[in-house]
Amino acid sequence: MESREIISIALSAIRANKLRSALTLLGIVVGVFSIIGVMTAVRVLQNSIESGLSNLGAHTFQIQKMPMMSSRREWLQALKRKDITYEQAQTVAERITLAQYVGIEGWQGGATIQRPTGEKTNPNVSVAGETPEGIPTNNWTIKEGRSITENDLLHSYAVALLASEVEKKLFPRGGAVGSEIKINNRRYTVVGTFEPKGASLGGSSDNFVAIPLTTFLEHFGKQRSLNIMVKAKSAEVYEECLEETRLLLRTLRKVPPGQEDDFYIFSNDSLIETFNEFTFYVKLGVGFISFISLLAAGVGIMNIMLVSVTERTKEIGIRKAVGARRSNILSQFITEAIVLCQMGGLFGIGLGIIGGNLAALAFSIPPVIPIDWALIGFLLCSAIGIVFGVYPAWKAANLDPIDALRYE
Amino acid sequence: MSTIIRLFNITKVYQMGEEEVHALQGVNLEIKKNEYVAIMGPSGSGKSTLMNIIGCLDTPTAGLYELNGTNVSEMNDNQLAKIRNKEIGFVFQTFNLLARSDVLHNVELPLIYGGFSSAERKRLAKEAIERVGLSDRMHHKPNELSGGQRQRVAIARALVTNPSILLADEPTGNLDSRTGEEIMGLFDMLHQQGNTIIVVTHEEEIAAHAHRMVRIRDGKVERDEMVKHRRIAKSIVTS
Ligand SMILES: Nc1ncnc2c1ncn2[C@@H]1O[C@H](COP(=O)(O)OP(=O)(O)OP(=O)(O)O)[C@@H](O)[C@H]1O
Ligand SMILES: [Mg+2]
Repeated sequence: MESREIISIALSAIRANKLRSALTLLGIVVGVFSIIGVMTAVRVLQNSIESGLSNLGAHTFQIQKMPMMSSRREWLQALKRKDITYEQAQTVAERITLAQYVGIEGWQGGATIQRPTGEKTNPNVSVAGETPEGIPTNNWTIKEGRSITENDLLHSYAVALLASEVEKKLFPRGGAVGSEIKINNRRYTVVGTFEPKGASLGGSSDNFVAIPLTTFLEHFGKQRSLNIMVKAKSAEVYEECLEETRLLLRTLRKVPPGQEDDFYIFSNDSLIETFNEFTFYVKLGVGFISFISLLAAGVGIMNIMLVSVTERTKEIGIRKAVGARRSNILSQFITEAIVLCQMGGLFGIGLGIIGGNLAALAFSIPPVIPIDWALIGFLLCSAIGIVFGVYPAWKAANLDPIDALRYE
Repeated sequence: MSTIIRLFNITKVYQMGEEEVHALQGVNLEIKKNEYVAIMGPSGSGKSTLMNIIGCLDTPTAGLYELNGTNVSEMNDNQLAKIRNKEIGFVFQTFNLLARSDVLHNVELPLIYGGFSSAERKRLAKEAIERVGLSDRMHHKPNELSGGQRQRVAIARALVTNPSILLADEPTGNLDSRTGEEIMGLFDMLHQQGNTIIVVTHEEEIAAHAHRMVRIRDGKVERDEMVKHRRIAKSIVTS
């Protein structure tokens, strides 16, 4: 008996009970949807973080007071720490030997940028106070005009560089450089613009302006913790450079030996690691829930298959009477269970990929199709079909032909 | 003519809780190739039980059944399935067609399990359907057919594998006498073409089509005789 024949029999049996099949499928759809949806979303975030990190620049790391991703408790604990001050950061920059650049920056969100002519952004623009080295360590590239200079820093000049989104909003026809703008009602002169970077999670998008750090501290207040960005001289000394910075900062902040750092260091690796740690538990949780729901769905499949076998006892009798072997009946019913599960699986995979990519839409990054997880989901469904289809199929296959024929 | 079916002292006991029902109590029967046998007897005498055993659908409690010289009770499940598929065409009183499948698929069914290719199946099934005069009903479902037409589908299905034995358990029981006569005409024709035919019936007219009449009573062969005035169906089927 050809497998094509078996599959067509299975499909016609499923078609004969459309509503019942659909309801049975639902459990599988939900289970697979949650697996695929979460895995897709996690992968979207992972891609975004990795692309965000690659924007940071090669062998660069960042030090800040607050963690990037953490539990609420860790976050609250970090809040109690001393701020990283401008003086500390400057001392690090002076004493460090293995760094190519040390950038210092501060961030303030929720600013409104305005032109005298009236064009205005939403009050959601971030303002970065940067030292001149902060521009390369952030991997920002100047499109027009100039960067922030030591002179700007020294005299706290009111100059600004616009990221692409702000520039587009305020100067849709160009001509930003040299123009006057107001950041939260304070006047600045635009001296340059940045190339677009593309959005990414955890990093900055293109919705910001950069001003000299000293100007920033005057404008937005000195009571804040700053970020230190260090670009090592080369990849070879990266680890050493990281360790040097850590020790320097510990000394400056008087952290007693044996006590853990009172600041966080992010490197590409550590960020990915933190993210993976975080997503591991998400994956584990979702995996467990999905497993339970698939198990429940499997029991549902088994139940329906048992009902189906009983309902179709006569059919089984007829098939046996005209020469169907046990194995023919067995494969017919197992195939039916598998096909049923696979249909549910395909639906679930489709919905999961769409659902998971809503995250990609939200961060405006390219969508992903997790082929591996789709395959795993598909195989899982098939396995469920086999596991829960075997018993009903076995029952069908072992019916006595004459008893089955007599069944009313 | 060679012996195709040989039954020695066949008994069948049904266990109904405490009670035992002796459906067959030592049946001896020999049937030769191309014989046309009618099995008659009162209701409950064991005719269907006997047919099911001959058709390898059921197994006797005791006794020996030889089919083409092979002991059937020694066969395993797969061998029995093969016998049912290749050697025997069974026509049931209640038709036993797949309700959800059309005529073509119903007739194809034994060929599917016989391992024929799709094209071969279609060809043979169409041929068998033509033989019973239902070519114009190929894609009808059983519930879109009359009783007589359904029985003809069942016969086409029984014939499609070209079996050596055709078994029919009250093939006309559910039909009016005119349609019954049509069906019997079909059997007469098949017999002329060389098939071995065994028909269970309780109607004398139907039995009169056969060469030989076996009367069963209380699970035993009561009488086994040749039919003197054979009746040949007047109308060979035309649809
Ligand atoms: N599955 C069964 N379980 C118990 N007893 C059975 C079973 N099948 C048949 N019998 C009994 O065996 C006896 C013979 O039954 P069988 O069906 O062979 O009779 P029959 O000659 O075909 O009758 P009819 O002409 O009414 O079809 C009956 O007494 C019946 O009650
Ligand atoms: Mg009967």
